[in-house]
Amino acid sequence: MTMTAPKGSQMGKASPPASVVTAGTSEIRELLTRNMRTSGIYVALVALVALFGVLTGGASLGPGNITNIVLQYSYILILAIGMVIVIIAGHIDLSVGSVVALTGAVSAVVVIQYGQPWWVGVIAALLTGLLIGAWHGYWVAYVGIPAFIVTLAGMLLFRGLTLVVLDNVSLSPFPAEYGQIASGFLNGLLGGAGYDVFTLVIFAIAVAGYAFSQYRTRKALISYNQLVPSFPLFIAKIVVVAIAVMTFAWQLATARGMPIVLIMLAILILAYSVVMQRSVFGRQVYAIGGNVVAAALSGVKVRTVNFWIFVNMGLLSALAGIVFSSRSNGAQPGAGNMFELDAIAAAFIGGAAVTGGVGKVAGAMAGGLIMAVMSNGMQLMGIDQSVQSVIKGLVLLLAVAFDIYNKRRAGSR
Amino acid sequence: MVEHILEMQSITKSFPGVKALSGVSLAVERAEVHAICGENGAGKSTLMKVLSGVYPAGSYGGEILFKGQTCSFSGIRDSEHAGIVIIHQELALVPHLSIAENIFLGNERRGKSGLIDWHRTNAEAGVLLDSVGLREEPTTPVGQLGVGKQQLVEIAKALSKEVQLLILDEPTAALNDNDSAHLLGLVRDLRTRGITSIIISHKLNEIEAIADHTTVIRDGKTVETLDMADPDVNVDRIIRGMVGRDLEAFYPSRDSKPGEVVLRVEDWTVKHPSQDRQVVDQATFEVRAGEVIGIAGLMGAGRTELMMSIFGRSYGRYISGRVFMHGKETRTRTVAEAIEARIAYATEDRKAFGLNLIDDIARNISGAALGKLSSWGFVNHHEEAAAAEFAMKSMNIKAPNVKSIVGKLSGGNQQKVVLSKWLLTDPEVLILDEPTRGIDVGAKFEIYTLINSFVDAGKAVVVISSDLLELLGTCDRIYALSTGRITGELPAADASEERLMTLMTKDKELIA
Repeated sequence: MTMTAPKGSQMGKASPPASVVTAGTSEIRELLTRNMRTSGIYVALVALVALFGVLTGGASLGPGNITNIVLQYSYILILAIGMVIVIIAGHIDLSVGSVVALTGAVSAVVVIQYGQPWWVGVIAALLTGLLIGAWHGYWVAYVGIPAFIVTLAGMLLFRGLTLVVLDNVSLSPFPAEYGQIASGFLNGLLGGAGYDVFTLVIFAIAVAGYAFSQYRTRKALISYNQLVPSFPLFIAKIVVVAIAVMTFAWQLATARGMPIVLIMLAILILAYSVVMQRSVFGRQVYAIGGNVVAAALSGVKVRTVNFWIFVNMGLLSALAGIVFSSRSNGAQPGAGNMFELDAIAAAFIGGAAVTGGVGKVAGAMAGGLIMAVMSNGMQLMGIDQSVQSVIKGLVLLLAVAFDIYNKRRAGSR
Repeated sequence: MVEHILEMQSITKSFPGVKALSGVSLAVERAEVHAICGENGAGKSTLMKVLSGVYPAGSYGGEILFKGQTCSFSGIRDSEHAGIVIIHQELALVPHLSIAENIFLGNERRGKSGLIDWHRTNAEAGVLLDSVGLREEPTTPVGQLGVGKQQLVEIAKALSKEVQLLILDEPTAALNDNDSAHLLGLVRDLRTRGITSIIISHKLNEIEAIADHTTVIRDGKTVETLDMADPDVNVDRIIRGMVGRDLEAFYPSRDSKPGEVVLRVEDWTVKHPSQDRQVVDQATFEVRAGEVIGIAGLMGAGRTELMMSIFGRSYGRYISGRVFMHGKETRTRTVAEAIEARIAYATEDRKAFGLNLIDDIARNISGAALGKLSSWGFVNHHEEAAAAEFAMKSMNIKAPNVKSIVGKLSGGNQQKVVLSKWLLTDPEVLILDEPTRGIDVGAKFEIYTLINSFVDAGKAVVVISSDLLELLGTCDRIYALSTGRITGELPAADASEERLMTLMTKDKELIA
């Protein structure tokens, strides 16, 4: 690289290396407003959990119910991982509900009708998902049809194919092994009296990992002269998160132990977060969503990236289809109806921008959990289905309105 | 005593930080064709926006008299009501609507019921089309017409508003020779019908052929108004008025010692992506190690199109020609291949084409060189941050840190981010398209210094600029481009604004 020598540069003095302990501010208001867009969503999630805990008289926080939420919404969260990537790139996918139905149906036909082992069904469903993703990717990336149209067509197309595959009837039941995918637990691996030690150990490791990565991030931020919370605040934040997570773990441990689907979900969230934040592919997705022309002129193969984004969405839809069919112990023609809307709502509530270029996997997970906690809480309270729908709609609208308001304020500064 | 239909007296107009007009005066006689000439950025378009009310009364200084009365337009509707219609370079027609619908858009012909009277609409449109010499059905969608015919529809639309003063901004820039001739004939014809025209054009021989008077504007001021009937007034005389100023001591000097040829492009021809015309025609040029070459050309000459099509075929279609790096023919069919061949291209419009404004400095700078900064498909954050920190220091980018959002930086700092991004790809040829547009004097100097240190290291630079002084001040050699053809090549020592302008305004016929 050839560049001019720094002459009279303010940066020349090089800021002194600030200590991890002494750096930072205790101005909580300043920190909150600065990070409102990124951390507001997690605050909202915690507030909602507390709110429903009070409203249901503690029932929503009971061991059985917590386990239930995880099992019941796992497939929406899996879909939301793929959806937020699609949305960051500036697209949308309306077909995932139908893809969930079709992949579940394919798996059911293979396992139930043809009597194949459970894993053959799983592989068949995953392959179907990959093919569907490649189909969408081809039309969006190489033909240049807007994803809204392509996946709207896909929504009708794959719902129709589900009816064909199932011959218009439901198929059930799956063998017991297949049911383990969504309803199985790891329990008693390390023993325990009335509670599962294995679950607690896994979560303790997770908390330690979280604390370590937060510490590293803090060090990096300080070296870039970014504003960070003061050290006591930093510790306080980690302690709060640790308490919340370990309480959650305790509730699981005293119920039925570690859900297999939760392990799967945790691996997916971790892997996709790393891909989106650290890999070249993830960078290119953000670049395309932020300014597609600039990305193309920087050498990003826009078509290839768009293609694989949809292939990935197909794969995750198939995974969600497997989990859903496992949980409902069969395949129905109407399975997965409106799942796409829940997944899209999760991504937008989680801070993804309609215009693309912004969004995070973790945010989408928080957005999905907000929807889950709300639905579950309102069900426990016996609130009418119609009212639930109205409230969920308003929450989605307000979340995006809040996001746009924040952006406008940031822009005017 | 001649009657002036329009008098603009000492018009001034400022934008934050820039004085676009500082005292322009203009007097236009009734029923004449009055041309306005000036370099890019001289203030022609701003002046016309003041006149047509795009910049409302009160936002500028000076006085406008139309038919002897002071005007204070608060918008385009007011000026159109008074009989002043402006036709912009980018036509404002709706492609899916018919010719008749476009002509009466916003001015619909209604029946008694308040609904549109289609018979009257189409009949009146037919009469207007006859008067501009356009033989098309009024019901034809505008999108099916070529640019030349669309231009005529715009004029018919102006006539439907009973226009008295017609302003044409670069009307022939996108037209072929036949369409240009027809349009200019029509303008002449309108004059005999008592309609006054103001025409802004870079094509000086057209102006020589059609205008009665020519007003020359430079740096936001009126230089002179020439009577075209005067036998001494010709294209050269106009050019002298357009460029006559001193070269400021503004460009850092450099010892240039060009070495071997790094990039050579032969017979490069590019067609417009949607229209049937050649935007670049058989262009051949080369740039040597340690050398800065300039590409001079007026707007629409094909400068950006030439470079963008070389850089990974990012513009146009049916591209033909050959690219050589160090004498070896090189593939640059995709941007990735061009970057691999060590060519870098910093775009003209950095906000639209160069940067991801919602992302931070580090990630913008690493954007074109992620391959180098990653292993196994994962970005090495430490190397990325180090590269960005180094760029911030060496380029003197003023921002809190490498995590600052690029959209919040000033134009000069954004441009430095763009340059850092391309330097990180370690190019041998750096193509800079309008590298100093819209940035302040200090940042300009820094960018010129950077160009110098880059070529001192034996690399090559191509500068595209509308500012001829910038080309004269920074380049070793300058190629002039006119309507897609390279019309000349001058060593900077022999070049002057006059000589360049002569080459830049040469038409195809004159070359042949």
